[in-house]
Amino acid sequence: MSALPSPFAAVLRRDLLLAWRGRADVLVTLAFFVVVVCLFPFGVGAEPNLLRAIAPGVLWVAALLATLLSLHRLFAQDHADGTLEQLLLTPEPTVLWVTAKVAAHWIATGLPLVLVAPGLALLFDVEQGALPILTLSLALGTPILALLGAVGAALTLGLRGGGMLLALLVLPLFVPVLIFGAGAVDAYLSGSGADAHLLLLGGGLLGALALAPFACAAALRIALE
Amino acid sequence: MRETTITTSRPEPRSLLRFAAPQMFYPLAGRLAPWFATVALVLTLAGLWLAFFVAPTDAQQGEVYRVIFIHVPAAWMSMFIYLVMAFWSAVGLVMNTRLSFLMSRALAPTGAMFCFVALWTGALWGKPTWGAYWVWDARLTSQLLLLFLYLGFMALTTAIEDPRRSDRAGAIIALVGAVNVPIIYFSVKWWNTLHQGASVSLTEAPSMAATMLAGMLVMALAAWAYSIAVALWRVRALILERERHTEWVGAELTAQEGKL
Repeated sequence: MSALPSPFAAVLRRDLLLAWRGRADVLVTLAFFVVVVCLFPFGVGAEPNLLRAIAPGVLWVAALLATLLSLHRLFAQDHADGTLEQLLLTPEPTVLWVTAKVAAHWIATGLPLVLVAPGLALLFDVEQGALPILTLSLALGTPILALLGAVGAALTLGLRGGGMLLALLVLPLFVPVLIFGAGAVDAYLSGSGADAHLLLLGGGLLGALALAPFACAAALRIALE
Repeated sequence: MRETTITTSRPEPRSLLRFAAPQMFYPLAGRLAPWFATVALVLTLAGLWLAFFVAPTDAQQGEVYRVIFIHVPAAWMSMFIYLVMAFWSAVGLVMNTRLSFLMSRALAPTGAMFCFVALWTGALWGKPTWGAYWVWDARLTSQLLLLFLYLGFMALTTAIEDPRRSDRAGAIIALVGAVNVPIIYFSVKWWNTLHQGASVSLTEAPSMAATMLAGMLVMALAAWAYSIAVALWRVRALILERERHTEWVGAELTAQEGKL
């Protein structure tokens, strides 16, 4: 048996390298996020007060959809070329490398959204003091989305129409994250402070980190047995 | 695999371990289902009689409140069935019993139906009472999300063709959903109170008349009996489908054709 961190680090490094080699995919997710956010003013009108009011919700919903669209890539490629089966056959704990894969996926697709979001918020004329709260809420919330989504991605691995099914499976589960994420910014703007929301998001992240990899590992074993 | 104890929550007193085998459970379900259906019919008629002829008109809401005789049992049932589904899924995953997965699959459509009925009757009640078919009330919203969870479960189990994978994947999503249901409920509740202040609450019901309560409870029992009857019939169909390669199913089908 090798030292504990090594399979985690190895899978993490490999997935990040793959993501870097296929940068275009990652950029498409980011572009999708930007385009969706920019569509809203066309839909609801460019009234500044209205835009300011809906900005947190719009950014959060767009981040959620962008995460959803990128989820199918999490396991699909490794499933197609057999890597996933080989990984399952290794004596290393499945939970460990599943967590590494989700972490790499979040760094490649979730982190760029978090970094871009404050810039997009300026398009909606969000108060500058709220930008750190927005970034922090996304930084805490999008990993939860990735972890929950990974369970759905593993369950729908290799199915016909898997994308739509994945959306149906995971979107109801995303609702609490959306509520607390967008709520954090709203709470800050209304003056009641975002601490409670951010603490709940942090707690949710720890809970998801503790439980979701196990469900995901079980789902992968079912999908590939 | 036969000696697993899975039939603890079934209502029949002869909950012996052998009924964990689909072949043994099939005739038992066939014998029990008509009884539950009869009980459901009798209780529904009694409940509706109480609801429409005995229960007094509500002082504040008038006649429109009578929708609760359908609405409340449906809402209870939709939530309870999800828990039962998650229970059977957990049993199936732990004990590796095929029948448990079939039970949770048989329950899902009934749960989704009750969920939809609860939403629909709630909307019909909301229009005259609140002035809108839909309010983003915490209970309504979590009920809607529960419906999505049911639909996700059914969509996933029908999308996977391999029965073993389908059963297990469905069980995992049912359990993940069950863990999330309280989280969803409380987050939605908090979100709603933060956004709208005190909106109209469904919990007002100040000291309900005894006949109203009786009518509602009778209807709730009817919903229970109905759910059990329908789930048993559906699980019979699922057993036949799943075991169609076996001899006993062949014999059973030949016998049924002979009767027709």
